[in-house]
Amino acid sequence: MTRKQTRMLRRILISVATLAVVWVLCAFVPLPWYAQLALYLIPYLIIGYDVLRKAFLGVVQGEIFDENFLMAIATVGALALQEYREAAAVMLFYQIGELFQSYAVGKSRKNIAALMDIRPDYANLETGDGVQQVDPDTVAVGDVILIRPGEKIPLDGVVLEGSGTINTSALTGESRPRRVSPGDDVISGCVNQDEVLRVKVSKPFGQSTVARILELVENSSLKKAKAENFITKFARYYTPAVCIGAAALAILPSLFTGQWGVWVSRALTFLVISCPCALVISIPLTFFGGIGGASRSGILIKGGNYLEALAQVKTIVFDKTGTLTQGVFQVTGVFPAEGFTEDTLLETAALAESWSNHPIAQSLRAAWGKPLDSSRTRQVHEEAGHGLTAQVDGVPVAAGNARLMAQQGVQIPQNSKPAEGATVVYLAINGTYAGFLQISDVEKPTSAQAIQSLKRQGIRTVMLTGDAEAAAHQVARRLGLDDYHAQLLPGDKVEKLEQLLNAKAPNSTLAFVGDGINDAPVLRRADVGIAMGSLGSDAAIEAADVVLMDDDPAKLPLALRIARKCRRIVYQNIVFALAVKFLCLILGAVGIANMWWAVFADVGVMVLAVLNATRMLRPVKPE
Amino acid sequence: MQKKFSIEVDCANCAAKVEAAVAQIPGVNSAAVSFMAQKLVIDAEEAEFARILKEVAKVGRRIDPDFAIDF
Repeated sequence: MTRKQTRMLRRILISVATLAVVWVLCAFVPLPWYAQLALYLIPYLIIGYDVLRKAFLGVVQGEIFDENFLMAIATVGALALQEYREAAAVMLFYQIGELFQSYAVGKSRKNIAALMDIRPDYANLETGDGVQQVDPDTVAVGDVILIRPGEKIPLDGVVLEGSGTINTSALTGESRPRRVSPGDDVISGCVNQDEVLRVKVSKPFGQSTVARILELVENSSLKKAKAENFITKFARYYTPAVCIGAAALAILPSLFTGQWGVWVSRALTFLVISCPCALVISIPLTFFGGIGGASRSGILIKGGNYLEALAQVKTIVFDKTGTLTQGVFQVTGVFPAEGFTEDTLLETAALAESWSNHPIAQSLRAAWGKPLDSSRTRQVHEEAGHGLTAQVDGVPVAAGNARLMAQQGVQIPQNSKPAEGATVVYLAINGTYAGFLQISDVEKPTSAQAIQSLKRQGIRTVMLTGDAEAAAHQVARRLGLDDYHAQLLPGDKVEKLEQLLNAKAPNSTLAFVGDGINDAPVLRRADVGIAMGSLGSDAAIEAADVVLMDDDPAKLPLALRIARKCRRIVYQNIVFALAVKFLCLILGAVGIANMWWAVFADVGVMVLAVLNATRMLRPVKPE
Repeated sequence: MQKKFSIEVDCANCAAKVEAAVAQIPGVNSAAVSFMAQKLVIDAEEAEFARILKEVAKVGRRIDPDFAIDF
């Protein structure tokens, strides 16, 4: 608890104790009304002096209809009607409610701050004479910093020296550590685990990942959801309306019946119920908890409005490469011809391509996985769009597609049938057909599971890709996507998305998921743009509404569930609070509900709504 | 241009009222208050900020006597 809160708690306890003593005293000892009033004023003023002060200041400033004013009028009115106990108790409960609210809000702020505890306090800067601890803000691009085991990486950079593992869980929610070695990029906010790393800083602190994420989370509470705007607008009319209702209730019936005491008392009940804070507080609290909880799982949501839109998603459109697939080519099959082994085929292909930087060449080298002596390869001739020829250990080798083989006069046997949709590299050694290697962009391990999970949630899944029909068909079938559109140019993607937007059900939203590198226009056009694995990409963070910090498509169903839970809690609170308030207003008007009901309608509802909202702070479990 | 300020505002309803009131200040293009983050973002002309902030402090205190802004 903060100092302010402890002080309030003390006031509440003292006030409760005095109220109890006075209550018992007045119950057993017959006292004249002024003595009773004087006694009840003690707990009343202890607990309510600040409310009275604020109410007075409010009236002076012309700012009536705030909650302090309502409570002041209601309790002073009750005192005037000689309902001393009620006056003191209402004030007391009001303050207990306020304390509870402030505690709950403070706690969820701290909770979010703790899970966003990624801000580094210092950087170990290498200077001419040793290592100095400095503020990360003062480190310049190109400086070299040291990160010891257990320390947070303060700025984005490239590892110069040291290899070990870093823990990215604060950023991605992924507990498996990541291996880094010299030449690898490291991002700020991760924790270095076991080796000293020397890192060359590549971005100033303000643009480093950690600063951008903190900024994003903080700004997210400024973008308000429709539900939040609705409720503040509602409160703007509701409170004055109830106050006017209370005035009418006090005056009109009394003019006819002459029972001023009864009707004024009912009007005061009205005022206590009219406090809008229960409604107003629980909604931002829920969204804040939802956004905070999501960021703990590596899902950054840029505003309450997007969280709301996510809850209504019925269609998800995926980009293929880099989103559902890893976007890197991998050798998925080695098929040597008679008389050749898999190893010969792979090593020869890797050697032949050892000078090339083409993604296919890289995948061949990665598949071979052992060191290659590229000096064994000479006289490399790249044939654009076909492949290449070279001398490996003095033997002529051709590696490429069927056209290259035809050009080289090499016969491909009928029985070598590569899988549909894969890229194929045929190999001829010394003019003889040696076999082929099948290379494909492999799906991410969690893609299929993510799509299944989305389908179970009733979501339509569509894939857009620039790839050839065959490759797209393969992926769509294997992952179980509802639909796909292949061979799209970047401009076509926007057009296709427009069509899908027009075709979606009313009141539902459409999300587009891309890797953010060249999807910016599509990300912007979708109701919710989701960028994936884009920790390093400014453009994606800029264009997207939701950023998945790691590459994991399984985060999508989780994000939707968080969004729906959030929406559920918000609706529950709105319906519950309004229903209880209106019920008590009606019961108060006809004289069934008294001041005690009113206290429940105000404070009780607020406490329950806040408790319900804090459910959002608990993590939503993946299926 | 947009600037962000730390504020102290005690109740969620007051925060909403402050947001509406700040948006009404002449020269303010748009304003947003986050009760949870205790932040106020104002979009206005650079040269106008000094005057606007003085008015923000004034309207803020009218709505919530404990309102405070860091600048």
